Amino acid sequence: MPFKRYVEIGRIALVNYGKDYGKLVVIVDVIDQNRALVDAPDMVRGQMNFKRLTLTDIKIDIKRVPNKKTLIAALEAADVKNKWESSSWGRKLIVQKKRASLNDFDRFKIMLAKIKKAGVVRQELAKLKKETTA
Amino acid sequence: MYHKRGLWAIKAKNGGAFPKHEKKAIAAAPTEKPPKFYPADDVKKPLVNKRKARPTKLRASITPGTVLIILAGRFKGKRVVFLKQLTSGLLLVTGPFKINGVPLRRVNQSYVIATSTKVDISGVNVEKFDDKYFGKKVEKKKKKGEGEFFEAEKEEKSPLPQEKKDDQKSVDAALIQSIEAVPDLKCYLGARFSLKAVMKPHELVF
Repeated sequence: MPFKRYVEIGRIALVNYGKDYGKLVVIVDVIDQNRALVDAPDMVRGQMNFKRLTLTDIKIDIKRVPNKKTLIAALEAADVKNKWESSSWGRKLIVQKKRASLNDFDRFKIMLAKIKKAGVVRQELAKLKKETTA
Repeated sequence: MYHKRGLWAIKAKNGGAFPKHEKKAIAAAPTEKPPKFYPADDVKKPLVNKRKARPTKLRASITPGTVLIILAGRFKGKRVVFLKQLTSGLLLVTGPFKINGVPLRRVNQSYVIATSTKVDISGVNVEKFDDKYFGKKVEKKKKKGEGEFFEAEKEEKSPLPQEKKDDQKSVDAALIQSIEAVPDLKCYLGARFSLKAVMKPHELVF
């Protein structure tokens, strides 16, 4: 039962509270027991309480408090965006966002698609049942 | 203050004196006769009201061609196409009739959810419809004799005039063409809207 994700310089975290909710940030320094200095390509570097962060599996290779240019280069080198969007956690968040932004018409189209899919599945199941009983 | 406001510059620009404009000549008011009657107590004059009657302000999300969801009345839950706003402020709306049974009808903006789905409405001419078109027909009241009071009142529901049916058809013809161009839109307009258990209205995007 050891810990797997550690707070370290270069750890990617997800902000789970506050103005930057839902953003991926990099921990660039630890201020004290409760706070980290945190940075991301589209925000001003600032401090955040660890309680507002959820650690992810991704870690990048940077020195303590890099400047913005180095940070962005390191993020590109480690391909954080693609790693995140292909991880199951990242994919879940994308799906949640898509579902929340659905139009009334989109929801209707999805309902039709679900019914169609269920119909196809049921047909196949009926075929298989017939084969096993025959 | 004089220097701060730059009055010196205005004077200099005008050649030493402050610019003046001539006073408008007041036309001499015709001499009024003193009133014959003065009320015992002072009569209060009503305040001046310069407000003008205007049609209700249309929500920015409602534009011609928007699909609306009607929330109350006989057609509650029906998804319907918005045509134009009438001078009374009510919204002119049509099913189209063939798709969901909603005729050309007026609907209040407050009883409507505007979705972000738009239908192409360019082929439709709605110029001739106004509030008078939808008003109740007033018939001359026939004087009733005593005997007729005790008879059951015959409510004559006059059948819908052919003119209105033709209007409906002409408006819907162009609309249905543009609706059929979009896949699934016809079924969408034919279905009613309802809230399911999972849906939270304050979180839904329409």
